[in-house]
Amino acid sequence: MSTSNHLPSFWARIPLAFGAFFKTLGDAEFAARIQQGPTVAPTAAPVPPPAPVPAPASVPAAAPLREATPDAALQLLALLQREARLIDFTQESLAGYADADIGAAARVVHEGCAKVLREHFTIEPVRSEAEGSRVTLEEGFDAAAVRLTGNVVGKPPFKGALSHRGWRATSVRLPKLAEAHDASIVAPAEVEL
Amino acid sequence: MSDPKYAIGIDLGTTHSALSYVNLSGSDGEKTQQSVLAVPQLTGPGTVEDLPLLPSFLYLPHPDEMAAAELALPWNADGAGPVAGEMARSRGATTPIRLVSSAKSWLCHPGVDRRAAILPNDAPEEVTRVSPLEASTRYLQHLRQAWDSAHPEAPFTQQAVTVTIPASFDPGARELTAEAARNAGYDAVTLLEEPQAALYSWIQGSEGRWRKDVKPGDIILVVDVGGGTSDFSLIAITERDGKLEPHRVAVGDHILLGGDNMDLALAHLVARKLAEGGTKLDPWQLRALTYGCRAAKENLLADASAESWPIVVPSRGSKLIGGSIRTELTRAEVTTFITDGFFPKVEAGARPAVRTRAGLTQLGLPYAQDAAITRHLAAFLGRQVGATADVPGFAERQNADHTFLHPSAVLFNGGVFKSALLATRVMDTINDWLYMEGAEPARMLGGADLDLAVARGAAYYSYVRRGEGVRIRGGTARSYYVAVESAMPAIPGMEPPIQALCVAPFGMEEGSELELPGQEFGLVVGEPVHFRFFGSSTRRQDAIGEVLDFWGPEELIEMNEIQATLSPEGRQAGDVVQVRLHARATEAGTLELLAVASDGQRWKVEFDVRAEGQ
Repeated sequence: MSTSNHLPSFWARIPLAFGAFFKTLGDAEFAARIQQGPTVAPTAAPVPPPAPVPAPASVPAAAPLREATPDAALQLLALLQREARLIDFTQESLAGYADADIGAAARVVHEGCAKVLREHFTIEPVRSEAEGSRVTLEEGFDAAAVRLTGNVVGKPPFKGALSHRGWRATSVRLPKLAEAHDASIVAPAEVEL
Repeated sequence: MSDPKYAIGIDLGTTHSALSYVNLSGSDGEKTQQSVLAVPQLTGPGTVEDLPLLPSFLYLPHPDEMAAAELALPWNADGAGPVAGEMARSRGATTPIRLVSSAKSWLCHPGVDRRAAILPNDAPEEVTRVSPLEASTRYLQHLRQAWDSAHPEAPFTQQAVTVTIPASFDPGARELTAEAARNAGYDAVTLLEEPQAALYSWIQGSEGRWRKDVKPGDIILVVDVGGGTSDFSLIAITERDGKLEPHRVAVGDHILLGGDNMDLALAHLVARKLAEGGTKLDPWQLRALTYGCRAAKENLLADASAESWPIVVPSRGSKLIGGSIRTELTRAEVTTFITDGFFPKVEAGARPAVRTRAGLTQLGLPYAQDAAITRHLAAFLGRQVGATADVPGFAERQNADHTFLHPSAVLFNGGVFKSALLATRVMDTINDWLYMEGAEPARMLGGADLDLAVARGAAYYSYVRRGEGVRIRGGTARSYYVAVESAMPAIPGMEPPIQALCVAPFGMEEGSELELPGQEFGLVVGEPVHFRFFGSSTRRQDAIGEVLDFWGPEELIEMNEIQATLSPEGRQAGDVVQVRLHARATEAGTLELLAVASDGQRWKVEFDVRAEGQ
C-alpha cells in the first residue's frame, strides 16, 4: 500500500506505532479497518515493542482519518525512558555484549515497563479462558476484541481454540501536561555541576 | 463553621503524607463511606499526576533550573515557590543541597530552633532555607489546595479536619504541628496520635467484627514502624455500660528509626561488597542501589524459597548495557541485616545500647543509636509494666512478678510490616517473652492497610468526634514538671539540687483545666522567665502540685526549657505580678500551660523557646 518514498524513520515510527496501538485499543472502527487491511497485523502486545506494531500507513487512503496528537505518545515514551530506560536500551548496539550483560540491563527495562503499565494503565485479558481451551463465539461477537484466524468460513457461532487471550486497556491515566511543556524532550540532557 | 460535608484525616508523615475522607451524608454509625484523595503533584517538569501519597519532600529550585510555567499546579498557575511531592523527591536525590526531607523529625528535634530557616541543613549560602515549621506548613497547604481543587463544592476550611502526630511528640512539637496547620489555612484542626489512628482504621475496616476480635481485659500493643520513625502505644480494652471502650494507657519515646534506615543499611552493605570488587559508586548510583535493595529486600522477605535476588544499578549515561552494574542481595545478608539487625530475638530484659554523644551540639537529626527495634520494644514494655495498674478490671492481669507489661494482642502499622516475616519475628519475640513469664501468647490483629491506615483512621476519628461510633479514651500521655530549686544549703562546687514540681498530671482529658494549688510565682512584666521542663511517661499517680525530691534516671526526661513572658499590656514594665500556673488540655489535642494573674489575665507559657539572636 505505502508507495511513498518518504518512508518514516525508526524514530518517527515509534510515536506512530504507539498512536496506532492506542487507537486500535480505543477505537473499534479503526481496529476493524486495520483488521481488514491487506497487511496481516500481529496482535497488539501489552508492552508495546516499537517495531512490530502495524503502522497507520496500512490504512486505506480513502477512509477519513483522525490525526492522533503526538503528545500522548511522547509522554508515554518519556515515561518508558524515565522508568525503564527504553530508549537507551533500544539505541544501544547489542554487538559486543555478553547475554549476561544484556540480561542485567533487560531487568531494568522489564521492571520499569511493568511499573509504567501498572501505574498508568489498567490492562485486563479480553478473554478470561485459559489459552488453548475451546471457545464459542456467538453471533454478534465483538470483532474488534476477538480476531478470527485460520479456517474462517461459515456463520457464527464459531468454535475454535483460544490462541491468545488478548489485552484490553480498561483505563488510561496519563499525567497532565503544563501548557508550555515541550513533550518532544523525552529525556533532558543532564549536566552535573 | 457551617455544617461539614466531609470528615477529613491527614497523615502528615516523615516520608509520605496522605489525605483520606469520610462522606458524612453517606455514613451512619459504623458504616462509613470513605475514600483517599488522589493528590495532584508534579512528577517531572510540566507534568502533573494524581497520586494517593504526597511524598513529604520540598525542593527549592534554582531560578534558572526550570521555567516557572513548568512548575504550574492546578491551583498555582504561575508555578511560584518551592515544589512539594514526587518531583521534589526525585529531583532532590540528584541535587540534595536543595532538598528538604524529614521535616517532621526536625519539628520534634529539641536541639534546634524549629521556627528558624535551617533546612536543608547542608545547603550553601545562596539557597534560601526554610524552617521545619514552614516545610510542614507547605505539605499541609498542598493537601488543602488539592482538596479545594477537587471539591470546590465543599471548601476545606468548612470540613472537620484531623492531622496525625507521633504519640511520642512532646507538647512543643504538638503545638508546632497545630501552628503549621493554622499557617496552612486550616481553620480548626484536631491532632490525633498515629498509633490510635491505626487502631481506628482497624476498627473501621472490621465493620463491627472488632467486637468479636477483642474483649474486655485485652491489652493491644500498637507497633508502628514508618519510613523514619518507630512509635509504640498500649491500648487497654475496658467495658463501660456494656460497651467496649478502648483506653490508650501508654505511649513510647520518640525513636528516629524506620524502614528507610533499613534500605540504606542494605545499600551500604552492597556498596561495600562492590567496593571490594573494585567498583566504586557515586551518590547517584548509591540512591539507585537503595531502591534496588528495597525491592530485593521485599522480594526476599516475601518469598522464603528465594536464596538471592539480583540488583542492577543502571548506568547514569545513556549506555545502559555497557554501564550498568549487576550485583545481588542474598537471603543470608537480608537475614543478618534486617531480620537479625533490626528485629533481633532478644530477652525481655534487653535494653537499647546508648552511647554518649560526642560534642554538645548536634548538627544532624538525633537518630536512634541502637537499630534493634525489638530492644526498643522490650524497653518500652518494661518501663510500662505498671501502665494498667489503675485501669478497672486489669488488676489481676498483671502481677508483681511480671517484669514487663503483657500485651494480649498486637496491631502492626507501617510499610515495613508488609513483610509477613518481620511481623512474625516481632510476634515470636513477644510471645517468647510472654512464655518465659507463663503468660498466654498474644495474637496478631490482621487486616490493616499498612500504607494508608493512619490517614483513614484520622478521617474516621474526625467522623466519630461528631458523635458516631467508638472512641478511644486517652488524655495526655505524660505528666509534666518544672524544676524548682530545693531549699537546701548550697554546697561549693555543686549545682544546687532541684525538685520537680508537677504542673500537669497524667491523663488529662481534652477540654479540662487544672490549677496548680498553693504555688504562686512572682513574674516580672516584660522579662522572660525560663523553667527547666521535664516529662514522664510512667509516673501516673503524681497529682498537680506534687513536689518530687527523687526520681529514677529513666522516670523523668528533661525537655526543652519553657518560657513565660508577661506582655506589658495594661501594666508597667518591671512590675512584679503574682501568677498561678494552670494546665489545660485543649480540644485540639495540645497541652497548654498558662500563667494566670489574680485579676484573671492569662499568658501562655511557650514550650518552643526561640534561640537567642533569632
